[in-house]
Amino acid sequence: MRQLRLPRLGVFLGFVCVLAACTAPRDDRVEISFWAMGSEGEKVRELTTRFERRHPQIRVRVQQIPWSAAHEKLLTAYAGDTMPDLFQLGNTWIPEFVALNALEPLGPRLETSKVLKADDWFAGILDTNVLEDRLYGLPWYVDTRLLFYRRDIFEQAGVTEAPRTWEAWIEAMQRVRSQENPGNFPILLPFDDWTPPVILALQLGSGLLRDKDRYGGFSDPAFARAFDFYIDFFRRDWAPSAGGDRPNNVYQAFAAGQVAMLITGPWNIGEFGERLPESVQASWATAPLPTADGHAPGVSIAGGASLVMSRQTAHPEPVWALMEFLTAPQQQIEFNRLTGDLPSSKRAWQTAQLDVHPHTRAFWAQLQNVRALPKIPEWERIASRITRYSELVIRREMSSTEALAALDEDVDAILEKRRWLMERIDSGPATEVSAH
Amino acid sequence: MSRVNAEPHARTFRKTQRAAYVFLSPSLSAILIFFVGPVAAALGLSFTDFDIYALGNPEYLRFVGLQNYLRLLENPVFWKALGNTLYFVVVGGPLSLAISLGAALLINSRLVRFRGLFRSVFFLPVVTTLVAVAVVWRYLYHPSDGLANIALGWVGIAPVDWLGDPDWAMPAIIIMAVWKNFGYNMIILVAGLQSIPESLYEAARIDGAGRWQQFVHVTLPMLAPTFLFVAIITMIGYFQLFAEPYVMTQGGPSDATLSIVLFMYQEGFRWWNIGYAAAISFILFLIILVVTLLQLRFLNRSRT
Repeated sequence: MRQLRLPRLGVFLGFVCVLAACTAPRDDRVEISFWAMGSEGEKVRELTTRFERRHPQIRVRVQQIPWSAAHEKLLTAYAGDTMPDLFQLGNTWIPEFVALNALEPLGPRLETSKVLKADDWFAGILDTNVLEDRLYGLPWYVDTRLLFYRRDIFEQAGVTEAPRTWEAWIEAMQRVRSQENPGNFPILLPFDDWTPPVILALQLGSGLLRDKDRYGGFSDPAFARAFDFYIDFFRRDWAPSAGGDRPNNVYQAFAAGQVAMLITGPWNIGEFGERLPESVQASWATAPLPTADGHAPGVSIAGGASLVMSRQTAHPEPVWALMEFLTAPQQQIEFNRLTGDLPSSKRAWQTAQLDVHPHTRAFWAQLQNVRALPKIPEWERIASRITRYSELVIRREMSSTEALAALDEDVDAILEKRRWLMERIDSGPATEVSAH
Repeated sequence: MSRVNAEPHARTFRKTQRAAYVFLSPSLSAILIFFVGPVAAALGLSFTDFDIYALGNPEYLRFVGLQNYLRLLENPVFWKALGNTLYFVVVGGPLSLAISLGAALLINSRLVRFRGLFRSVFFLPVVTTLVAVAVVWRYLYHPSDGLANIALGWVGIAPVDWLGDPDWAMPAIIIMAVWKNFGYNMIILVAGLQSIPESLYEAARIDGAGRWQQFVHVTLPMLAPTFLFVAIITMIGYFQLFAEPYVMTQGGPSDATLSIVLFMYQEGFRWWNIGYAAAISFILFLIILVVTLLQLRFLNRSRT
């Protein structure tokens, strides 16, 4: 035993030295931390490795965060002063982090950038990153909602072209409805989705909120009309409203022709390609949303995610270099290939010919007419109230007038703090809520 | 004599007391730091409107007194959540106790073979991860292909949209929760049953008591303290219903499975209304406290 001890100690010490050599900084490289969510967090590593090769003085540590925990983790990191230098934010989350004063304004950097140009982004998408005339995020990938439909079912019903107006849309649904057996539906609208009524309302010119986003505007005529139209989808039996009629698996139902149309987003291009059987692959198509006012396509919502820089970062220059790299057209094309996410750069769309591809060209058309949702931290909460009340109306537990009045009341209560803050700012010295 | 002896006695007592505090101090300080501190902080928070704005700038924190509590009492969603929770406690609790007792009697019975096997099988759901269980139960509850509806079909009952129908979602959650948890109570009740002396049964048999009379006059009274313990623990646990609806339904459909704790979680960690969420947690605390005191009083009265 005694003889063994010394060599063992030697081996151990040697091991420690090797470990130390491994962990010790090899050089004075700058390390930046980057949090990205879900599959983007996994796939982006390929691009950051390329970035590191191009910038040997910068090391990028990518942390993959699950979407379900992202909001909590980011707020906790903010509270604990341990924010990552760079992170991905769903664009409806930006106002919240601006209210926390956690984000670095990017306008001046963008102006002097040799790689990026503001007009290369879709105007509606870029706008979601701008609060009080300041730019806080670079659009990374984009998302919006439009129609996915079964062309063959439409054609059987005598509808040869995707509807471009609400009238044509209603007629198409009536025709499909009269063709099919009662178990099949022209459209599927999930109860827990606030986007369809909100999109319809935006098309009719509703501002959703009123008085500089201080009060709910859901009883206003524009929203009320859109909401009634939305409820009509269920009342006129275009969309399944009874529990038993609602399919559990959207893809199976779409493949079986139980639903002929969906309002959904770009992720389903990939999902449909993978999950639908070969027999229906040739017969599904996408189309921009029908319009209420004759100006096709109709407005849809500007979604997607942006890259933002933490105000706490010690290395703004390397972080900006990585942001430029990831949003530049070449990497955008590569990222689309890796993830299926739609690029935010219009040049990337044209170079990769996504603007003419049969499944994505409808998105290209739709993205020209997208609008930002109210840019306030409370929006997601308000959206969840819209879901709640529309479900109650669909289930006939409330009339739509009652529901919208109750919704306004809830929203006014949610916005109470915001009103208080804005009054303080209006009356007090020149300190601002979001732009300190 | 007492005067002479009392002094040193008191001194040793004080000494012992001091020593006791020294030995207690590690756990006492742990309780202070990790339990009393946070609870006091939460109570303080429940009188403020701590939210995302206050997190960004402490100047935006307002002291609101009892307003959070008053707003809660006016909020129909809170009453809905409270109603759902009571539904779960009142239906699920006794059901769980009855099944646990039945299973415990079965396992303790000498007539049953493979008792060890059954004990393990009944206990298995308790040690299984809830999320994995939830995935399986979602399949069981599938409206068209789920085993639950197929089984109902065999006896000629029309399929039920278990998790999609507001009237059926809570019963579905109760069935799953009872299945998942009854094994734990069963083990405690088995221990209680085994501690009943065999001689009591012998005496009862000599007096001519039948099986049912033995159960009513020997088993039940001897099991009462264990049973009460199990009942209180179950009740407290069931009031804190969270994980089942969180993974199965997210509180839907139409808030039919929204429990108080899930409501608190959503307000606190989804919408970051920490002040409001703290108020919810204190109301829940008060409810559990009152119900537990009632149960204890009931026990004391039945004892005397």
